Amino acid sequence: MSEKRFMKGNEAIAEAAVRAGCRFFAGYPITPQNEIPEYLSWRLPEVGGAFVQGESEIASVNMVYGAAAMGTRAMTSSSGPGISLKAEGISYLASAMLPALIVNISRGGPGLGSIQPAQSDYLQATKALGHGGFHAMVFAPNSAQEAVDLVYEAWEYAERDRNPVMVLMDGCLGNIMEEVELPPMKKLTDEDLPEWSLTRRNGRDYQGNITPIYTEPILEGINTMAGEMYKAWEEEDVKAESFLVDDAEYVVVAYGIASRVAKEAIMALREEGFKVGMIRPITVFPYPKKLIHDLDYSRVKGIIDIEMTIPAQMREDIELQVAERCPVYEYGRSGGCLLDDEGVYDAIKAIVTGGAD
Amino acid sequence: MVQINEGLCKSCGYCVKFCPKQVLQIGHERNRRGHFFPVVVNERSCITCAVCALMCPEGAIEVSKGGGKA
Amino acid sequence: MAEYKRSTMIADAPSGYCPGCLHSLATRLVSDVLDELGQGDNSLNVISVGCSALNILYWNGDFCSVAHGRAPAAATGIKRTNPERLVFAYQGDGDLCAIGLAEIMSAANRGENFTVIFANNQTYGMTGGQMAPTTLIGQKTTTTVYGRDPHSTGYPMKMCELISTLEAPVYVARFALNSPKGVREARAGIKKAFQAQMQGRGFTFVELLTNCPTNWHMTPLQTLDYMNTNTIPYFKPGVYKDITE
Repeated sequence: MSEKRFMKGNEAIAEAAVRAGCRFFAGYPITPQNEIPEYLSWRLPEVGGAFVQGESEIASVNMVYGAAAMGTRAMTSSSGPGISLKAEGISYLASAMLPALIVNISRGGPGLGSIQPAQSDYLQATKALGHGGFHAMVFAPNSAQEAVDLVYEAWEYAERDRNPVMVLMDGCLGNIMEEVELPPMKKLTDEDLPEWSLTRRNGRDYQGNITPIYTEPILEGINTMAGEMYKAWEEEDVKAESFLVDDAEYVVVAYGIASRVAKEAIMALREEGFKVGMIRPITVFPYPKKLIHDLDYSRVKGIIDIEMTIPAQMREDIELQVAERCPVYEYGRSGGCLLDDEGVYDAIKAIVTGGAD
Repeated sequence: MVQINEGLCKSCGYCVKFCPKQVLQIGHERNRRGHFFPVVVNERSCITCAVCALMCPEGAIEVSKGGGKA
Repeated sequence: MAEYKRSTMIADAPSGYCPGCLHSLATRLVSDVLDELGQGDNSLNVISVGCSALNILYWNGDFCSVAHGRAPAAATGIKRTNPERLVFAYQGDGDLCAIGLAEIMSAANRGENFTVIFANNQTYGMTGGQMAPTTLIGQKTTTTVYGRDPHSTGYPMKMCELISTLEAPVYVARFALNSPKGVREARAGIKKAFQAQMQGRGFTFVELLTNCPTNWHMTPLQTLDYMNTNTIPYFKPGVYKDITE
C-alpha cells in the first residue's frame, strides 16, 4: 500500500494529510508554503474533500474551526506573518477543544521579515500560539519523510486530546525535494466521527454544541484539565533523537533544518576526534526536558544551541534543564540567511577548542 | 384563546400596544423576575389574530383557537 | 396566522436579552420558521459574538459558537463539509459590518450555500452601547457622546445594498421588526432564505432592523417609534435581490 515518491516537503505534507484522513483545507497564499494549498486545491476534491482559498488567514483558520466542529479532519497552513493572524483562531480551537492541524513553514521575522527560510517562530509555537495561556503539541520534523510520518499521525493526537496540533518546519524543508515513502490511505467512516462533533452523520439525536466561551467555574476546570494534559504529554509523548550523546563532551541541541546541518558538522568533528553529540527535539512542545536534564554533567562540558534564528529562541528551554551545570553556547544565522556546513562546523569547533566564550 | 406564560414576560408592552381589540393590559402583579406581566382583560373581544404572540420577543404568549381555560 | 405555539428550539426559560429587545424576537422568529419547515434537528446555528452570543444559553438546537465576525467563515467550513445541514449564521451589526466585514463579503461573493441572519440595532449592545458602523448620524453612543459625526466616523453602512451588488447572492432583504407587518414579512423572508438554501441555490442574507432599549436609553415602546422616524427612513426595508425562483 505504501509507495515511494520524490516530492517537495510541502507537497509531501499535503499528501500525507490526505492519507491521514484530512478532508478540509482552508488557507491563504504566503511564501514559502504555497505548495500545500496548491496541491490540496486539486487533491482534496479527488477524495471527496473540500478546499477553500480564504479571504485571509483569519477567515481560513475559522473555516477550519467550522469544519473541525463537524468532526472533519481539517487543516490550514501558513508562514510566520500568517500564523500571527491565525493566532486568534488557534486560541479558539483550543478553547472549543477542537482538533485540527496547523502547519507553519516558517520564514524570517519579525513583521513581513523575509520570505527566505528561518526558524524564527519557535517561541510563538511553543509558548504562545495565541492569547489565554494554552499550548498545542508542536512537531518539528527535519526531513520530508519525518514530516509525512508526523502529519500522518497528527490527527490521532489532536482527536485524542481535542486540541490543535502544529507542525513547525522552515522554508528549506518545505521546498527541498526528497524521496518519501507514503503511508496508505486511512479509511475513515461515519462511525469514526467523534461523538462530540456537530455532524449528525454519526447518528447523534441530541443537541450538539461547540463553544469557545464558558462561565467561570467551568472555564477554570477546563484550564486545569489542559494543564494536566500538558503534563501528560511530557510523560508520554515527547519525541527526540539522541545522536552520539553517550560519550559526548559537547552536546549540540538543534531541531528541524538546523539539526541536519549540525549533524554534518558533528560527523566531521568526530572524525577529528572531538567528542560532540546532538540531542534533536522532534516535539518542541512537549520539550525533551529529561534528555537534557539527565545528561552526565561530570562529562559534558558544554551545550551548544544551534538555530536558524538570532537570538536563539530555544536557549531558555535548554538552560532551565542544564541549570548552570555547564555553559550554554549558541550559534545561528537569521533573517533568511541559511546555516551552512562550514559556519556550523567552525562555530562548534571554536567552542570545543576553547576559542569561544 | 390567549395563554400568557407570565414567567417569561419582561413587560415590554408590545402585546398590549399591538392588540387590535384591547384584549390585554399590563397587570399589577409582578413575576419572579420583577416584571409586571400582561393579563387578559377582555377575552370576549379576542379575534385570535395572534398579533400579541407575533410581537412578543420572548415567545411568552401562545394563542389557540376555541374556548376553554388555560 | 391565527394560532401561535412557542417553538421548542428555544429554551423554556427567559432569554438573556433585555426587555423589549427585538434581537430576542429575531431569535424567536428563526425558531418559528425552523419549526414550520420541520428543519429544527437539521439546522445548525452559527452563533457570533455580541448580544447574539446570549443564544448559547437560549438555543436548544445544534449550535457552533465562533469568534467575533468570523461566523461566515466558520459556516463555510461547516456547510462545505456537511452540505445536507441547514446552516445559518446569526450576527449583529458590530460583528458583521465592522470586524467581520471581510468574512461576510467574501462568503457572499463565493455564494456559500448558507443563510446569514443579520440583526442590525445600530450599536454594540453587549459591550455597553458604543458606536457601530450602522449607528445613525447624530445618534448618541458611549463613543459618540455628542452624536455620530460623519466627518470623523463616516456614514451608516448599508449591508443589503452592498451585498446585493455582488453576483453570487440569491436573496438579500431587509425587514423592520417594530411592527406586526414587518415581523410577518421578516418571517416570510427568513422562510424564503432557508428554502432557497435547502434547494441549494446559494447565499441568502436577511437583515432585521432591531432596537436596543438599554443602550438607546429608551423604553421598549419608545424604541419602536424611534425606528419609524429614524432607522427605517435610512435603512429602507425591502427585497434588494431575489433570484431564488
